[in-house]
Amino acid sequence: MAEKVLKKGNEVIALGAIHCGCDGYFGYPITPQSEVMETLMEEKPWETTGMVVLQAESEIASINMVYGGACCGKKVMTSSSSPGMSLMCEGLSYLAGSELPCLTANIVRGGPGLGTIQPSQGDYFQAVKGGGHGDYKIIVLAPFSAQEMYDFVGLGFDLAFKYRIPVMLLTDGMIGQMMEKVELRPQQARLSDQEIAQRYGSWATTGKTPDRKENTITSLALDAKVHEALNHKLQAKYQEITEKEVRFETLFCEDAEYLLIAYGSMARICESTIEAARAQGIKLGLLRPITLFPFPTKEIQRMIPQLKGILSVELSAGQMVEDIRLAVEGKIPVSLFGRQGGMLPTPVEVLDAFKTNYI
Amino acid sequence: MKEEIIIAGFGGQGVLSMGKILAYSGIMQDQEVTWMPSYGPEMRGGTANVTVVLSDKRISSPIVSAYDTAIILNQQSLDKFEPLIKAGGLLIYDPNGITRHPVRKEINIYSIAAVEEAAQLGNAKAYNMIVLGAFLKLKPIVKMENVIRGLKKSIPERHHHLIPLNEQAIELGKKAVKAMHEV
Repeated sequence: MAEKVLKKGNEVIALGAIHCGCDGYFGYPITPQSEVMETLMEEKPWETTGMVVLQAESEIASINMVYGGACCGKKVMTSSSSPGMSLMCEGLSYLAGSELPCLTANIVRGGPGLGTIQPSQGDYFQAVKGGGHGDYKIIVLAPFSAQEMYDFVGLGFDLAFKYRIPVMLLTDGMIGQMMEKVELRPQQARLSDQEIAQRYGSWATTGKTPDRKENTITSLALDAKVHEALNHKLQAKYQEITEKEVRFETLFCEDAEYLLIAYGSMARICESTIEAARAQGIKLGLLRPITLFPFPTKEIQRMIPQLKGILSVELSAGQMVEDIRLAVEGKIPVSLFGRQGGMLPTPVEVLDAFKTNYI
Repeated sequence: MKEEIIIAGFGGQGVLSMGKILAYSGIMQDQEVTWMPSYGPEMRGGTANVTVVLSDKRISSPIVSAYDTAIILNQQSLDKFEPLIKAGGLLIYDPNGITRHPVRKEINIYSIAAVEEAAQLGNAKAYNMIVLGAFLKLKPIVKMENVIRGLKKSIPERHHHLIPLNEQAIELGKKAVKAMHEV
């Protein structure tokens, strides 16, 4: 039987990394995600799997160490929280431009600026629309439980290597600091250098062999034609991801007349709101995007005919709501209930906000 | 079964670890659990609290609007959480340092003089286990054998020799809890 433990979301990101055969973690501490590196330091995976864990001198150094590891075809990752992730955005743009796989986790805190250490979803735009410069996307997964924090590390790496793209776990201090029951998986071995060369030798800098040309990894292409071709290739990849990798969960949606859309911590709170609404005879459903890029646009559009209105519930001044409105194209009302500054609404507050908008 | 509990007091009273032991006890009998702490500036020298939910079914929100049980260990927490207990719910508090006692009529109120009991036991660190004992006497939602298994999982192995003392403290709390007001 698989081992069940009581752990914080942040702690199981670390365990998930070790168990899925991650090669290296490079990070810099920041609340509310410091338990990721603390757990790695306690677990000492360098003595068991050989995984490297390194506290860099800054977030900028961390993300560039990730860049270096990813160039070699290694499973490498970092994690941070909002202000730290802002520093990493330049590196993320380079990783995206160089088509490198890696995993990052942003345990979001309130902003802008140094803000607060309490939960927030104010980094949705940064994660989903880019953050760094240039026309790029990264896959964004939004775990809503400690179990998903654990599971999505392995899933994130799988997607990162499948598409050669950075993947981000976007969550917040609530999911990071909360302890829940987590079922652990068996230890997966790290890939050997030979296995990495076999799998990723077509692009990674695993050492030139006489039968092929050297692999060059760069995001620089000064020739406009070459650079436009690179951009077209990236966009084609994002299109394929949009078609194939949308993930979401629905609750009470079959007969729903109204819909809450929420991800991560807010989806947990909204689940209780739905239960309370149903007890009062209100036909309310919940759509929880699991991937924020790619966004479940088609599922929202599929539901429009049965709906009288949508409420986007976010810990922000309204960011995801813009993507919902793009999907809905003005066909039905879309409203927002957002809290900021680290304030968490109770399920009843969300229900009251829904009623104010629609009942 | 679904029990939504707030445990609140000063940092250092063992509020968070009491919640962790309770949550681990739930896991030992295959319940779903969430443990949601207050984290941040209010923990440094101020109040600490944790919301623990134990349930037979999947738990939706770890943030709740009203509590089945409030375990209260200082005045600030009593002022803050007494109004948030469900009607018919349970309030357990340590009267030590309390100047404004609970006033609600439609909840069950019990006191546990855990500071005094811990002093008599000769171990101030057993404080939170005495309080846990009071709760388990009134709401035996986890079996004692699973509490012991939960303790073993929650505390580092180098401290496992203290488990009998913890068990003794829990039993002491079960005996010492007093009814103040029942509905």
